[in-house]
Amino acid sequence: MDILFDIWGFFVSIWDNFYYSVIYDNRYKFIIEGLCNTIIIAFFAVLLGIIIGIFVAIVRNYHDKTNKLKILDKLVKLYVNVIRGTPVILQLMIIYYVIFRSVDINIVIVGILAFGINSGAYVSEIIRAGINSIDKGQMEAGYSLGFTYSKVMKYILMPQAIKNILPALGNEFITLLKETSVGAYIGIIELTKASDIIASRTYDYFFPLIIIALIYLVMTLGLSKLVNIMEVKLNND
Amino acid sequence: MIEIKNLYKDFGKKNVLKSIDLTINKGDKIAIIGPSGCGKSTLLRCINMLEIPTKGEVIFNGVNLCDKNVELNKVRQKMGMVFQQFNLFSHLSVIDNITLAPIKLGIMSREKAQKEAKRLLKSIDLLDKKDEFPTSLSGGEKQRVAIVRSLILKPEIILFDEPTSALDPEMVKEVTELMKKIADDGMTMVVVSHEMSFVEEFAVRVLFMEDGRIIEQGSSDDIFNHPKSKRLKEFLSKISK
Repeated sequence: MDILFDIWGFFVSIWDNFYYSVIYDNRYKFIIEGLCNTIIIAFFAVLLGIIIGIFVAIVRNYHDKTNKLKILDKLVKLYVNVIRGTPVILQLMIIYYVIFRSVDINIVIVGILAFGINSGAYVSEIIRAGINSIDKGQMEAGYSLGFTYSKVMKYILMPQAIKNILPALGNEFITLLKETSVGAYIGIIELTKASDIIASRTYDYFFPLIIIALIYLVMTLGLSKLVNIMEVKLNND
Repeated sequence: MIEIKNLYKDFGKKNVLKSIDLTINKGDKIAIIGPSGCGKSTLLRCINMLEIPTKGEVIFNGVNLCDKNVELNKVRQKMGMVFQQFNLFSHLSVIDNITLAPIKLGIMSREKAQKEAKRLLKSIDLLDKKDEFPTSLSGGEKQRVAIVRSLILKPEIILFDEPTSALDPEMVKEVTELMKKIADDGMTMVVVSHEMSFVEEFAVRVLFMEDGRIIEQGSSDDIFNHPKSKRLKEFLSKISK
């Protein structure tokens, strides 16, 4: 009989842990808030990244093809090198502790800006690779018909490059979803910080960490699946 | 129509074209022949500025195209080009390949461009393929579509860069036949080709190039039956017609 009590006690203590980590004092609300912030930051950061990335990719491609915009090209190359050559946590700290030091600004917005600026450098490489993967004969055919550079881009290169770019952008979003956890370091209440807050109250890390790990996994695996479907669909078109 | 004066083109340290002088008159049918790497494709690509010459002038209807202020896109609407690798737009159907330029350049309304494209496709017996994508066409069909794609803009001259070199042998004829038809309609044409029997039949003037220079030029009878320079004789002896 003793062994049955022990097993019973084991499950009761697991339930207690779960109860105090998630339900007591509405602690699950931290997780929901964290999840929302994680998604918001990743989504808007990737959006900002796409805008910056398109701009950078076009400046660099235009420079490669026409040898114009020399100074702007140097600047955007510097941006890409600096961003890709330093850790994202450092960029986040510089933006929060240096640039916005004396500005009263929502910390989630700081996160969006920092991760967006970071993502822009990677997105620009994704877009550049997408454009460069298109046979240069396509561009020449466009030129020979009398299209300008911008029309060649718009009507000929981009519609073809998008097939390679979209799945890679999906993967960039997945990367960002995980990378936003770094935001915990400056106090953004995203998913990882949320679990940390709960654990600091219960002194028990098991459930807070396992739960958010499962949430991250469900999101990234689900999105990976979507990216795969998108890839297959785009290739069949 | 086109006057090329003292044209040079370098790729890095390599001098690909050296002191080229050439006049192309309206209605000319010119063929450029020569060994691989002699610069004939580069010369062709310098005419519509796909390659920017290092030195010299290309004058088209009185305008020097090497001048930086020239709107090349406007000039190129008047100069068609047909490529070795066809370069059909792979994301567009056959008819959209043909109508993209006239519509997006604001030259024709969509209806007019469609009508014109259908007429052109009918003339090359490909009207039933108008909604197909380039990947489902044979090489010969792709090249014929590429030719009418440049025709729809009513160019004053068409440049052909080895138009039959990437084709299976049995498809060469359908393309050369179309080119002859266009020539008979009075189009000014410059053709870089290795298809000697076609060149001999088609070209009014033949240029023989080697090592970045025009070594010899004349009527196709002069070039093929009465070659003067030693190099041209060697070249002709090596190729089979």
